Amino acid sequence: MTYREALREGLREELQRDERVFMMGEDIGKNWGGAFKVTKGFVEEFGEERIRDTPISENTIAGAGVGAAITGMRPVAEIMFGDLITLAMDQICNQAAKMRYMFGGQTSVPLVLRTVFGGGKNIASHHSQSLQAWFMHTPGLKVAVPAFASDVKGLIKTAIRDPDPVMFFEHKLVYDKKEDVPDDEYLIPFGEAKIRRAGEDVTVWATFRMLHQAIEVADELAKEGISVEVIDPRTLVPLDKKTLIDSVVKTGRLVLVTEETKTGATTAEISALVQEEAFDWLDAPIKRVNAPDTPIPFSPTLEDYFIPDKKQISNTIKSIV
Amino acid sequence: MMDVTKETLEDLYTQTLKVRLFEEKVWEVFGRNLIPGTLHLYLGEEAVAAGVSTALRESDWIQSTHRGHGHVVAKGADMKRAFAELLGKKTGSCKGKGGSMHITEFEAGILGATGVVASGLPIAVGAALSAQLRGTDEVVACFFGDGASNNGTFCESLNMSAIWKLPVIWVVENNFYAMGTPIKQMCPSQSIARRGEAYCIPSQVVDGNNALKVYKAAAEAVERARNGEGPSLIECQTYRKKGHSRFDPADYRPEEEEEEWLSRDPVEIITNLAIEQKALSKKKAENIRKQLQEQVDEAAEFAINSEHPEPEEALEDVFAEVA
Ligand SMILES: Cc1ncc(C[n+]2csc(CCOP(=O)(O)OP(=O)(O)O)c2C)c(N)n1
Repeated sequence: MTYREALREGLREELQRDERVFMMGEDIGKNWGGAFKVTKGFVEEFGEERIRDTPISENTIAGAGVGAAITGMRPVAEIMFGDLITLAMDQICNQAAKMRYMFGGQTSVPLVLRTVFGGGKNIASHHSQSLQAWFMHTPGLKVAVPAFASDVKGLIKTAIRDPDPVMFFEHKLVYDKKEDVPDDEYLIPFGEAKIRRAGEDVTVWATFRMLHQAIEVADELAKEGISVEVIDPRTLVPLDKKTLIDSVVKTGRLVLVTEETKTGATTAEISALVQEEAFDWLDAPIKRVNAPDTPIPFSPTLEDYFIPDKKQISNTIKSIV
Repeated sequence: MMDVTKETLEDLYTQTLKVRLFEEKVWEVFGRNLIPGTLHLYLGEEAVAAGVSTALRESDWIQSTHRGHGHVVAKGADMKRAFAELLGKKTGSCKGKGGSMHITEFEAGILGATGVVASGLPIAVGAALSAQLRGTDEVVACFFGDGASNNGTFCESLNMSAIWKLPVIWVVENNFYAMGTPIKQMCPSQSIARRGEAYCIPSQVVDGNNALKVYKAAAEAVERARNGEGPSLIECQTYRKKGHSRFDPADYRPEEEEEEWLSRDPVEIITNLAIEQKALSKKKAENIRKQLQEQVDEAAEFAINSEHPEPEEALEDVFAEVA
């Protein structure tokens, strides 16, 4: 099934399982089913109370999620496009993230905030960027970055059951990717990376669409005799350091690939971490493949240039093996 | 106009005075340099918290602000833990991690006190939505200032509360200043209640130095909320006795204005009302004062004698403990 369908399944199972779970966001309901149709059909199944269309009020969508979460509900709030999360930063980074801590453990904020990142649809600067690093940098938030259908289902279920705020990030161009998804109900724990492809010569750590590309590149390079291990972190907070470090210890080489602009990206953090903890095992400099430090352009020729591609990934791998 | 029982009048007196004595003690301890950081005193505005909290049940919620001591004490937070929080002690309600701007006690129905002006409104929307979804008759009272009503969340949150008929009471504490900025400079109509009406929310202006008037407005609003009739807005006009924060002498306020407002003391007003209506004798009033003073002194004593947290406690409470 597709990533979209798997995500929908995970959400549906949790809505059925726990009546405290409800969803709110702009146009997630009857007339639209969410900008990316993830929640299509939900109003018919669960009603307008639980699948709640909101006004265009991002800060209050997030904040109402916080208020509902601290009073016994399990809200899944949606920001229609990741870029618009800027409008909700106070509620996410000052309220949701800090409440447990600032109030000395008196409360829990079991909020899931879903949004979608990424380029590739020629919709320019206000609907395309990737802001994972901001939230990885904010103590108190958990950050999920599922790239595969099987993961998105298990991770959304874990996110909804988690006692802390979870930033649940999706990627526009991943919604249609297909993968076999188990029929049985299952959860995927946070903080457990998955080795998506085993290899010996070089480790590639990637997220979202870049992860799919990295796997394709790995398949191609295998034909040239280069054995690439591809790691999918699945969550950035908590971060599975062990799987990554073990892999680097095995291969001695690391390439980090995300669609984020380079400066201050999650790849910068991972790179620093690995050199702190596995410097002695590195046989080559850690390499990063990211987008350039510009806003995201509109024109297809410009956007294609902006987003890292397989050739860049491949060349970067080859440059250090 | 609704009738008010003698017990309610006594409660209003007790709550107003409790907040007053708490804040006076805070001011004294602050003067001894025992309170780190800054402080936004509630002195002068006691009638608002007292009137609103007296209209609420224990199971109802409040959302508080940077000027929150009065709200939380009136709602029933433990005064010892509240005081200890001001001093950053381990025994504070937030284990010393919140301080003056974040004094909060969930068990007493306090959703949080926030240092970001106007950030409490969305949270109140969510709590009220939750009350509605859970099928309870809980009500949420959300305190905020005239300054906060110029923030975007005011528009978003009032609108959302109105379309969904949420059980929330918007309590505006219009003390006519946001730090040093007078409301007349920032709000063309100088009326927050009129802004409320624009969202089809029943809105009224009350004398915020008179706890009885605040109580009556709040009690009506609570009833509406419990009956599923949605939000109300109460603009309580009041005045700070002191400046905005730590070192502010408030010398930007015209003298006549100050004199006029400060001559209408919330504690005196409610004391006189209660005595006139025979809800209290002078003697009983005095006894209540003595008891409250003892509690407040004990709270301060407890706070001062409490230990500071261990440094490593700074690392705790970021996430839930995993079992
Ligand atoms: C969003 C935000 N902007 C600015 C500040 C700094 N600040 C703290 S209190 C305050 C004035 C608030 O005025 P009002 O809402 O009327 O409340 P009052 O202090 O009068 O009770 C300001 C500007 C802040 N804490 N948060």
